[in-house]
Amino acid sequence: MEKKISINWFKYASPKTFYPLAGKIIPWCAIGAAILIAYGLYIGLIIAPTDFQQGEGYRIIFVHVPAAWFSMFLYLIMAFYAAMGLVFNAKLSYMMATAIAPTGAMFTFVALVTGSLWGKPMWGAWWVWDARLTSELILLFLYVGYFSLQAAIDDKNRADKASAVLALVGAINVPIIYFSVKWWNTLHQGSSVSLTKAPAMAAIMLQGMMVMAIGFWLYSVAVILMRVRCEILERDSKLKMF
Amino acid sequence: MHWNSISEFLAMGGYGFYVWGSFAVTFLSMTIELWLINQRRKSVTRTLEQ
Repeated sequence: MEKKISINWFKYASPKTFYPLAGKIIPWCAIGAAILIAYGLYIGLIIAPTDFQQGEGYRIIFVHVPAAWFSMFLYLIMAFYAAMGLVFNAKLSYMMATAIAPTGAMFTFVALVTGSLWGKPMWGAWWVWDARLTSELILLFLYVGYFSLQAAIDDKNRADKASAVLALVGAINVPIIYFSVKWWNTLHQGSSVSLTKAPAMAAIMLQGMMVMAIGFWLYSVAVILMRVRCEILERDSKLKMF
Repeated sequence: MHWNSISEFLAMGGYGFYVWGSFAVTFLSMTIELWLINQRRKSVTRTLEQ
């Protein structure tokens, strides 16, 4: 017989209801992510035509652009939860912010590496200190700073508050990344998709990128909920030790 | 279908290393992340069962 896991739910009023709810959401997001990412790969690698300027090398955008979007978007959501935590002193908000950071850092890393793999054949350089690339690298440092700070402070309450302040201050970097291609003369090309003008690419390419992006979104939700469930259990087990 | 042969597909018009490298880095990173969370879940479950 499997031993029952007893959890001291009284310490966390809302994690009590959130834990099983997250458990129900995870499989649906995971299935959706798998289907959409597979379909996105099919469009991006099999169906989409060759780009007239960049040849087959442009296919990197099918992972690069969604990863870059989520590197920024997840940071904003992390900062939002950090702010909620500071305002309402809500444990679950801090836990969500903590759970988002590694996934955000992962997508930032992927955006930087795939960008580098695109830059070498297209620009002739793995890296240039251009505004877009530099601000994205700063984003990676902010994520790393966030979870280093969290790990460095023993008192969980203080760790949550200190890292939340860091997350909030760092949020200023996100609009800088986004608008860097407009504000400065960058080597990085302008946005391929914008809300105000028609997309600068064929419909099928845009469709592949969107499918991939929604797939990455569902993946992120699943992974973050899995991590927040671990976080809830770990914090509970630590409370019992003291 | 955009490709005429498997070798053409793998070559990616000369960008094979960069295109496949990008896709490999992306999906490897996601797989490692999933694996790490699974390890973490296992270890916390073990601690709680004691």
